[in-house]
Amino acid sequence: MIELVDVALLLLLSVTALAIVRQQNLFAAVMMAGIYSVLSAGLFVVMDAVDVAFTEAAVGAGISTVLMLGTLALVGHSEHKPKHRPILPLLVVALTGGVLVYGTLDMPPFGDPANPIHHHVAPHYLEESEHEIGVPNVVTSVLASYRGYDTMGETTVIFAAAVGVLLLLARGPGPRRVLVNGLWTTVAREEESPELEADEAPATEDDEPKEDDDG
Amino acid sequence: MDDRVILRVGAKILIPFILLFALYVQFHGDFGPGGGFQAGVIFAAGFILYALVYGLGTAKRALPPTAVYVCAAAGVLIYAGVGYLTMALGGEFLAYNVLRHDPEHGQELGILLVELGVLVTVFGSMVAIFYAFAGRRKVQT
Repeated sequence: MIELVDVALLLLLSVTALAIVRQQNLFAAVMMAGIYSVLSAGLFVVMDAVDVAFTEAAVGAGISTVLMLGTLALVGHSEHKPKHRPILPLLVVALTGGVLVYGTLDMPPFGDPANPIHHHVAPHYLEESEHEIGVPNVVTSVLASYRGYDTMGETTVIFAAAVGVLLLLARGPGPRRVLVNGLWTTVAREEESPELEADEAPATEDDEPKEDDDG
Repeated sequence: MDDRVILRVGAKILIPFILLFALYVQFHGDFGPGGGFQAGVIFAAGFILYALVYGLGTAKRALPPTAVYVCAAAGVLIYAGVGYLTMALGGEFLAYNVLRHDPEHGQELGILLVELGVLVTVFGSMVAIFYAFAGRRKVQT
């Protein structure tokens, strides 16, 4: 039964991937990328990795799709004809894929309890987590306690990613502090109105928001 | 704006539940799937929905970009701060046992605090990235 679900999910995944490649309309491609993420999340659930599935569904199908749509609003909805022949990229992709598949041949069989990964620290985590940490979800105790350093690094990476995107994309002056009725308040400065004076700050209150085209 | 009443009312009904669900995911992460990262993303999704339906300007007034940037940095500070706190209490960096008299309670408190740090950073980063993307739209068109 579970094999049937696996086959169905992987089949749908392949069909979606092929459809994304063949699709000329970028809006449809973005939507199908979201579907691809939901299907991946389904696969993770089948593999009992519900935490990963949760993340994939929230980030891959949720936030990424919104950001892609935001990008489409800037660059247009249709794909341009490529200027170069697709032979060389196809060769590179096929070669890389072949090497990756060759690499999996040396991997231990999937889900085998005799695999080395199940005999290092995993048994300790599974058996002692309840007494040492007192948290029923082992994923949480590994992430936040046993591997607390790693998670701190990941949090820092997310922060660094946000800083990188802001350095690249956020333009114009940032928000600023202005004196309104004797109180220091933070207002979002509009890009189109660099001549905005400090004492005109309440004027931003009545501008009509226009950037919800795909809402 | 007025011709999309269903969207606006629907979003208004949904957003509190999305934010509440994010908090559930955050505090239930010890027992079921979820944790700071997922909760932060869902919390950010609630705000992004608000921005999509009510406009970027309205969202930025409700949640100024500065607050978002502060969130993104504060989470990392909370996480590292817990590490230094455990050091100050005589333990190793991020060894939560010393936070309370009972090591198990110390672990629970430590995990709660660092997950809070993750939530705050992820929320801030996601909304900051969304603001950066959405803010460019007006300039180009």
